[in-house]
Amino acid sequence: MQGYLWFIGKRALQMLAVIFCGISATFLVTHLSPIDPVEQVLGRLSSRANLSPEAILATREALNDLFGTGAPILEQYVNFWTRLVRGDLGPSLMAFPTPAMDIVMRAMPWTLGLLVSATLITFVIGNLLGALAGYNQNNRFFKLFGILAMGVQPIPYYVVAFILLIIFGFLWPVLPISGGFAMDVTPGYNWPFISSVLQHAILPTFSVVLVGFGGWFIGMRALVSNVINDDYVTYAELAGVKKSTIVGGYVIRNAVVPQLTALALTLGGVFSGTVITEQVFNYPGLGSLLIDAVNAGDYSLVLAVSTVSITAVAVAIFIVDLLHPLLDPRVKTE
Amino acid sequence: MFAVFRDLIRYNIEFAIGLILVVVVAVFSAASFFSPVDPSLIYMTIPDQPPSPQFWFGTNSRGQDMFWQLSAAFRNSLAFGLTVAVLSRIISIAVGLTAGYMGGWVDRVLMFINDIFVSLPIFPILVLFYFVLRNHMDSFTLALVMAGFGWPFDARLIRSVAIGLKHREFTRHAVFAGMSTPKLLLEEHLPYVMPIVFATFMNNMLWSIGLEVTLAVLGFTNINQPTIGTVLYWANSHSAMVVGTWWWIVIPVILIVMTFLGLFLLAVSMNEYIDPRSRLRRMGA
Repeated sequence: MQGYLWFIGKRALQMLAVIFCGISATFLVTHLSPIDPVEQVLGRLSSRANLSPEAILATREALNDLFGTGAPILEQYVNFWTRLVRGDLGPSLMAFPTPAMDIVMRAMPWTLGLLVSATLITFVIGNLLGALAGYNQNNRFFKLFGILAMGVQPIPYYVVAFILLIIFGFLWPVLPISGGFAMDVTPGYNWPFISSVLQHAILPTFSVVLVGFGGWFIGMRALVSNVINDDYVTYAELAGVKKSTIVGGYVIRNAVVPQLTALALTLGGVFSGTVITEQVFNYPGLGSLLIDAVNAGDYSLVLAVSTVSITAVAVAIFIVDLLHPLLDPRVKTE
Repeated sequence: MFAVFRDLIRYNIEFAIGLILVVVVAVFSAASFFSPVDPSLIYMTIPDQPPSPQFWFGTNSRGQDMFWQLSAAFRNSLAFGLTVAVLSRIISIAVGLTAGYMGGWVDRVLMFINDIFVSLPIFPILVLFYFVLRNHMDSFTLALVMAGFGWPFDARLIRSVAIGLKHREFTRHAVFAGMSTPKLLLEEHLPYVMPIVFATFMNNMLWSIGLEVTLAVLGFTNINQPTIGTVLYWANSHSAMVVGTWWWIVIPVILIVMTFLGLFLLAVSMNEYIDPRSRLRRMGA
């Protein structure tokens, strides 16, 4: 038990370090860049309205105050953290005066719901099929499957998503291809809304699964084909243990451990996938928000999205790491 | 070296196919050096011509000959991938060999940094870089930034090999003979990790080109420079598929799949080559 606590403590420390370094990097990138957000906003304001010099000065001061810029960099850094701990990242410019954090929090459930479930589905399907393919190495169906997985795997996500969009949007329009839910339902815990959400999630989820599962499949097949040569598997087979028990209880359990580490890293990559998925399918999550914010030059919103995604990724990796020793007792004593 | 190459082609069908695909794409992109037109100029030919003997790959709605356009795009993307791969290899070799050989607190500090880099989400950070740099963001800057994030996973692999090398006889001999640590790492240990470096090289190229495509499709790179991603960006922004200029999408997609499949197969077969067990199995031993 003590080993486990020590393990959790070490991982928690690492998670905090990741969050700290990631957010500090975001801060440095934005604050050391040659481009001043205040001047950018001022430029846009004065191109729209005819501002007097006094008004520009006043606005600049107000903006400096809003963004926490203008002070020496170290002071800004400390201020940035004190505000961040309170969950305050300043108001969004796109939707002034809504706090940027509120907008992010509204988009968050969509991204988490879609991407995390899609990633987990991909993980389960890919590993199960991969394990079966590794166990039944001479099965023709799995061989064909392996070749297919190999062929789809390296295609960039964007291309696959686009092909799906053409097939289900134009050639055979059975699924909704855009948005998070239908416009004519009221959001809330009612069946029409939930079914609409699920329906809208099918195609994006399918695209993520299609692109992602090949990697798991190939990896798991290789791992399993190593494990099945181990003595304990041969022994179990000779002793007449049921095939399903061997595959499920012995083979998968031993082979899946490295895959779990990879799952943590994939969850880390979820946010790079989400931007394109949400862009292609017009899904109302963090990815779409990030794109809108970049295009609108919304400084605080971009910062908020990056901050939240770094935190979420670190937490996700932490959680997967916690599951690790439950499957592999050796990890604890490490 | 040559014998290894010959064996790989003879016994490893994946390697052969991957090599052919990559060579075809490389030759195609090398053709851009003889391009009669500047690929960054627009409205040079009649727009929207389907593939024909005159325009092999057709022309796009921006009046560019797709053959030369794509050739330049693939050259730029491959060059980009190579730059990122070379730069990040240098970091991963340096970190991996040092951490593996030195051990102790050097190892612990380096691996702590390594773990942080592994788990940082790269995409939002790249978007952030684009957001703050805007017009200063050229493809070399992007390559530098990506190289800064592309090394940690491979550094760990190299470290795991270097740990094993540390206890080998020849390392001790070299130390007793008074060889300096940097020299020892470069001359004695580096050759042993070269196969891993090559295999991860391909993977890293795949990763960086893929990420560039993602960024470019969203318009988050210099969209006036032809790359694989910006070709897709312009095709998308002219709704190529919807208005019927299918060759603008289909031909690049075929070439992209060829490139990615080729690099992927090379990486897979190199990985397999490093593992002697599977190599023997394949050769029928």
